[in-house]
Amino acid sequence: MHESGDVKIPIGPQHPALKEPESFLISLRGEKITASSVRLGYNHRGIEKACEERTYTQGLYLIERICGICSHSHSTCFVQAIEEIAGILVPGRAKYLRTLIAELERIHSHLLWLGVAGHEIGFDTLLMYTWRDREVVMDLLATLTGNRVNYGINTIGGVRRDISLKQKEDVLKGIDILEERTKYYIELAKNETTLLKRLQGVGVLSHEDAKKLDAVGPTGRASGIARDVRKDDPYASYAELDFKVISVNNCDVYGRTLVRLGELMESFSLVRQVIRKIPDGPILVKAPRKIPAGQAVSRYEAPRGEDLHYVRANGTEKPDRVKVRAPTLANIQSVSKMLEDRYLADMPIVIAAIDPCFSCTDRLISIRDTHKNEKNTVVWETIRLKGIAWYKDRGVDFTALNKKLTKLF
Amino acid sequence: MAKALFHILIFPGLLFLFIFGFFAEYVDRKLYARFQNRIGPPWFQPLADFIKLIAKEEIVPEEADSKVFKLMPILALTASSVAILYIPIWGARAVFSFNGDVIVVLYLLTIPTFTYFLGGWYSRSVYSMIGAVRSLTQLFAYEVPLFLCILASALLADTWSLSEMVTFYSHHLGYWFCNIIGFGVALICLLGKLEKVPFDIPEAETEIVAGSFTEYNGRLLAFIRMSFNIEMVAGASLLAAVFLPFGLNLPPVAVFLFYLVQVLFIIAIIAFLRTLFARLRLDQMINFCWKYLAPLAFLQVLLNLILKVVLLR
Repeated sequence: MHESGDVKIPIGPQHPALKEPESFLISLRGEKITASSVRLGYNHRGIEKACEERTYTQGLYLIERICGICSHSHSTCFVQAIEEIAGILVPGRAKYLRTLIAELERIHSHLLWLGVAGHEIGFDTLLMYTWRDREVVMDLLATLTGNRVNYGINTIGGVRRDISLKQKEDVLKGIDILEERTKYYIELAKNETTLLKRLQGVGVLSHEDAKKLDAVGPTGRASGIARDVRKDDPYASYAELDFKVISVNNCDVYGRTLVRLGELMESFSLVRQVIRKIPDGPILVKAPRKIPAGQAVSRYEAPRGEDLHYVRANGTEKPDRVKVRAPTLANIQSVSKMLEDRYLADMPIVIAAIDPCFSCTDRLISIRDTHKNEKNTVVWETIRLKGIAWYKDRGVDFTALNKKLTKLF
Repeated sequence: MAKALFHILIFPGLLFLFIFGFFAEYVDRKLYARFQNRIGPPWFQPLADFIKLIAKEEIVPEEADSKVFKLMPILALTASSVAILYIPIWGARAVFSFNGDVIVVLYLLTIPTFTYFLGGWYSRSVYSMIGAVRSLTQLFAYEVPLFLCILASALLADTWSLSEMVTFYSHHLGYWFCNIIGFGVALICLLGKLEKVPFDIPEAETEIVAGSFTEYNGRLLAFIRMSFNIEMVAGASLLAAVFLPFGLNLPPVAVFLFYLVQVLFIIAIIAFLRTLFARLRLDQMINFCWKYLAPLAFLQVLLNLILKVVLLR
């Protein structure tokens, strides 16, 4: 692990390579990385606990805002879990609309990733080109849902907006433009020398290591693990649609690039199928306010991998427990393995290649006492009492206010 | 005395370099942006950046060596400004010239790289130290091919004085074609010297924040950016003088205009190359320079030696 003779360089929590705060400690000998370790938790916002204090619909607003780029993934996954517990049958048109937005979100996310990957290897031109093309899909999503990110299209029992004929035509036109541009990027990925030099052989994660470390999504599919929740455990309308699972055996960052580019082409075909096959009918069924007791696990193929939500209901309006496991939490464990024996210059692209979304990931609290160098898990009640004591020390007493609030409710 | 002061401070000294440096930076950034389908900065952007930085508070890190930290940007600025005095701009003769001034110009243009190293090293921040070491390592890769190409050109002209070299080539206009390989190699090496993509490894923003310049701010950062611009102008001028010796028999004003066009042409090529490539890794860059650039430079030297013997006959 980290030896005392090596230079220790902190990547993060604030660093130009990272789009969100996370702490990597890297030991260097010259330009070679000898050891690396990860610390999560800088983006923890207590969302799971907050969901327990809110009704299901209010919780949906929160879950949607876990992340900007996979917002629809979290929202759909959560809603699917609730619908399973309550036994709600979502109409076909709603399922198709959810799939449409899901695939548009995947296109948006993969184009964003291409740009970020370009920026991490100093290829700003790729960043500017892909983000210009991303505007097409963002405008489409804005006309369909009213917002460029955080679409708010889901509700328990269906979707909130319908699609008109004109919007269908606009989507098809937009997809045509994007498909042409993506073909150009695939050409670029195959032929551009400096790109190949920076991406090939970097961040290698062998097939066995990927299985052992549980890599999901494009990270796993680039190492030959051909698992995709859309095929293995179909949700929304994926059972009726025809698509391939893209998996390669390159096991490096270049493989992950190829997988994402391939998934872009599949997404274009899926969007066209959805527009063609979407059935008529209602977009919503009325859902009860009180969800009967029960529990459900819901899985969803987010752009970054398998997203997992667990919901436990207890017959009231508020959930008993909500647990979110984002795909980046599964992938982050392989980063240390990928950085073994590499150069410092590879560090940004290796971290970017798992498409990290640390906002999705940070779910657990583990307090580390840096003076005594020990860790312990803190219960919610302890934090609450500590907070009350802290304010009492400074002469602020909340007990009177608390009595008034409890009287109101 | 007055003439010397005029040359040092106004033309082709500091004032001319400042104005032309800003203009060169604007051309570079605007072309880079237009290639990427963006709009790019307005013409006064480099001047605005400079004024903003000068107005900011200067913070020297506590652990850094204050004297070296503050001296290095000024040294970089001075060295690249002096280099231009030996390059022919107005007419076919430079302000000062003597036999051997090509070597002096190359030496003066190497000093900024050393100041970046020392400034980064004495900043005592991890990122600065890594960036400093990288800039020195990069120096070992591109210096040799660059020196060899300029040497090859000087060999054919049979002189070590830049002004006499330029005069020689202007009289025998066909010979510039013999140096075309050298021109290509020298352009790529100039990318390395100016630390531009694909060789901006010492300043890799996504890896080591800003390399040697991480801790610099305020006036010192303004001077460093200025020294980068002046180094770009001086390097492009050197390449223009050695490899593009056109229109030198005309009156001095026309020569100056030709010079401006040539320098802007080289800067346009630099901006173009910047857009096309991703950043290389340090080991890949050294591999590339020693496997391809150095042999080509040697080839150019050999070619010119043979030509010299043939022509002498």
